[in-house]
Amino acid sequence: MTAVQPFDPEWLDQDAGPVVRPYGLTGGLTRPSGQRFDLLDMVGVVRRAAHDMPQLAPEQAEVLQRCHIPAPLVDLAADLDLPVGVIRILVSDLRERGLVTIHRAQPAGVGDLKILQEVVDGLRRI
Amino acid sequence: MAYDVSDDESAAGSVIAIKILVAGGFGVGKTTLIGSVSEIRPLRTEETLSERSELVDSLYGVEQKSTTTVAMDFGRITIRSDLVVYLFGTPGQERFWFMWDDLAYGALGAVVMADERRLADCFPPVDYFEAKGIPFVVAVNCFDGVQRHSLESITEALNLANKVPVIACDARRLESSRDVLVALAQHAIARHHDRRAA
Repeated sequence: MTAVQPFDPEWLDQDAGPVVRPYGLTGGLTRPSGQRFDLLDMVGVVRRAAHDMPQLAPEQAEVLQRCHIPAPLVDLAADLDLPVGVIRILVSDLRERGLVTIHRAQPAGVGDLKILQEVVDGLRRI
Repeated sequence: MAYDVSDDESAAGSVIAIKILVAGGFGVGKTTLIGSVSEIRPLRTEETLSERSELVDSLYGVEQKSTTTVAMDFGRITIRSDLVVYLFGTPGQERFWFMWDDLAYGALGAVVMADERRLADCFPPVDYFEAKGIPFVVAVNCFDGVQRHSLESITEALNLANKVPVIACDARRLESSRDVLVALAQHAIARHHDRRAA
């Protein structure tokens, strides 16, 4: 009998799905703390992680790097290729550690005629 | 612990994000339309299948809840550094509709894409956006450049309020997809004026 190779590449192709289940990335957390974020809420870094801070997930470190220029949640999910639900949890954890702030997306467009007109003009130029 | 999301608009909030949804039946051309006007990127969302049950089973069954990863299309058009349009292709299958409320929050409006051969596929999204009061246009994707029915007859078949724009488009062409989005933004402006007059 031959031993099964632990990381036989044959079993780890795209069709196999993610090797690490999403809850593995979130340290077992299954839902974000506090208020639910909108996909367009902006995440911005407020300070560096302290050395004595419990370990951040690599994905959280990436979020911190990426958000020196504030970025909407949806861009983080796409850039890091993570499901939105996972990014929500990772970001809410960073928020609780005081490392990022989350700015509510302005539901713009619905009420603001000037912005709507700018959207019309801007789209015409593409 | 619950917390408040900051309302501070001075720093991060200065970017204005506009959300536009692209809905319609399976294979109607949502991905094509988003891809022709923007850089398309797949976005995965891992969600519970029935969020509505949360209130009744808050104590039990968390481990039994099925979650699923749904892929949706996502594109971005940067109009100015501080004004960005985000396009979201809504999942076509009915069982993923619980996601729509989340997507629809604060949306400027929606494009309902129609295939003339399968008009009935548009009923659910049309009903949804009407019920939510979200401005929408119907874009008839003319496959192979052929338009079989008049736009008036499509308006009638979908039982649309006569102010809802119905536009023929070729989702493969940038100009055509752009015109659909422009029509939607103009329609949103018209709706705004209507509400003020009312």
